[in-house]
Amino acid sequence: MTDTMATPATATPTARARRKAGSFDPNPAKAGLATKLVLLLICLLWIVPVFGTFVTSFRSVTDAESSGWWTVFIDPSTLGNLTLDNYRAAITGDIEMGNAFINTLAITLPATFIPILVAAFAAYAFTFMEFWGRDVLFLVIVSLLIVPNYVALVPMLKIYGNLEMNGTFPAAWLAHIGFGMPLAIYILRNYMATLPKTVIESAKIDGASHFQTFYKLVLPMSVPALASFAIFQFLWVWNDLLVALTFIGPGENEPITVAATELTGQLGQGWNLVTAGAFFSMIVPILVFLALQRFFVRGLTAGAVKG
Amino acid sequence: MASKILVALMTVLAGVGVALATYWLLNKLAELFPDKLEARAKPYLYILPAYLAITVYLLYPAVQTIIDSFRDEASQNWVGLENYTELLSSSDFRATMFNTLLWILIVPAATVALGLAVATLADRLKPRAENTVKTILFLPMAISLVGASVVWNFIYEVRPAGQPQVGLQNALIGVFGIDPIAWLEQSQLHFNSLLLMLVLVWAQVGFSMVLLSAAVKGVPGDTLEAARIDGANEKQIFFQVIVPQIKGTIITVYVTVIIGVMKIFDIVYVMTNGNFNTNVVANAFWNQLSTFFNNGAASAIVVLLMIAVIPVMIYQVRQFKEQEANA
Repeated sequence: MTDTMATPATATPTARARRKAGSFDPNPAKAGLATKLVLLLICLLWIVPVFGTFVTSFRSVTDAESSGWWTVFIDPSTLGNLTLDNYRAAITGDIEMGNAFINTLAITLPATFIPILVAAFAAYAFTFMEFWGRDVLFLVIVSLLIVPNYVALVPMLKIYGNLEMNGTFPAAWLAHIGFGMPLAIYILRNYMATLPKTVIESAKIDGASHFQTFYKLVLPMSVPALASFAIFQFLWVWNDLLVALTFIGPGENEPITVAATELTGQLGQGWNLVTAGAFFSMIVPILVFLALQRFFVRGLTAGAVKG
Repeated sequence: MASKILVALMTVLAGVGVALATYWLLNKLAELFPDKLEARAKPYLYILPAYLAITVYLLYPAVQTIIDSFRDEASQNWVGLENYTELLSSSDFRATMFNTLLWILIVPAATVALGLAVATLADRLKPRAENTVKTILFLPMAISLVGASVVWNFIYEVRPAGQPQVGLQNALIGVFGIDPIAWLEQSQLHFNSLLLMLVLVWAQVGFSMVLLSAAVKGVPGDTLEAARIDGANEKQIFFQVIVPQIKGTIITVYVTVIIGVMKIFDIVYVMTNGNFNTNVVANAFWNQLSTFFNNGAASAIVVLLMIAVIPVMIYQVRQFKEQEANA
């Protein structure tokens, strides 16, 4: 994984620099018409499904159930029928997406921020401290990266049942913290290993303790890696269905993915409502993604192996 | 409602605060030891909380799951291999395993191939156009698989013949006078499974493209130039110069997608719930757990999944050791 981590995956700037630096273009292949058409077709295949969902979420029940969303563009007279009612209905209706949205926030924020510090301390120890068993303990973490979190569901369901924790937010927080821990340590340790050793050594010579070195030097220097993990974990928890279904399930505390699933599963729900619900559940991840794309890519390169 | 957010925010603060305090205390504790012992104990104290989380949520459950897989549905009595023999002798579960195998064979290969194709083709565009293409393909990565399933359910939607089709796919074939098709019910040649796989490929190609694009751009220009001087055509350059140099990244992406595909759940659960012969092991696990309340069978499925993951795990660990040795 490190080869991809070392080259920040948004390689466009470096590529541009490389091409400018050379006196001639080393790769004279330029896009022909066929290439452009193929790419255009692929882009359409990627954007049209989302776009259709988006348009439908603003159509009236009658329109959405009696004609395709593309009618809006063929027959502009239906433009006047576009409405925000679907969002109002989805957010405050039987399946309260509004309430589910709050629940998702309440689950995601602690599950994102709490593991960071815990993982950072462990990563520091793995990078800058010598101790017996260090390599083995770290290899355990590397192999746990891909252990499917399904292993935890049956046993934890039982333990949570004894503690009467099923259906509560802490049940989900703790589970996500546990599941995210190997990845967090892995990303942070790999990043810390690239920090200049001389800086840390000179701090030690100046009499700084490990605690001070960590807190005043290593932690601030690791902010990019911390951000990568935070974004990755945020999107992962926000979009998670399985852990939410298992430990929280439908009901008062259900998160937005569970609510959206219920909305889809209910017979007789118009597509206008289903699409509005689905889109409402995607807004935050899409915004986070667009705003922080670069960090997200870096987290992904390291993190998509997560179990 | 507002109180939930407040609780969440306070938990974040309290959680971070408690973590800080814990480490400060652990650090102080270590300093109470004599110097030599302190230096020895400190690393373990630093990794203790993280390892505690990993032990409770991954190591212990893995062991417990293996034990439960040899017990009955309520995890009361030992039943030996019964859970496994029952699963493996059931034609339903064998079909489920076969479907999962199809996913494993098709999705990673398709994701890598399409990602590499787009990365290579987009590399020839002007930088701004290239970035636009990449962002469009990458966007589905941010969307939940539940969201993606809704989006594609809508594409595959079917209405009885004669009624206006609101699903794009049936409307399109309608233009050519073909009767509407219930796409997700077409199990001949696993066509409906392929339609579900398309959703995952759609969601993941961006990831594969971004990684492969970085690798393609990292290929030294002089190797391409040398090939051109030697008279190689574009196809030869791609397969004989570029691909061998980015093999490492191709394998990384391939392995990463495989791990995801083995656990694929959301798409099948939302779109067909495994009906019409589209079931996969993760959804079978969920049905055992939540519909049949059979902890034994559910655990056995997870153990089978863990066994399937082991080769990948060995590969991953070996890969990591190699990198460390080179670093």
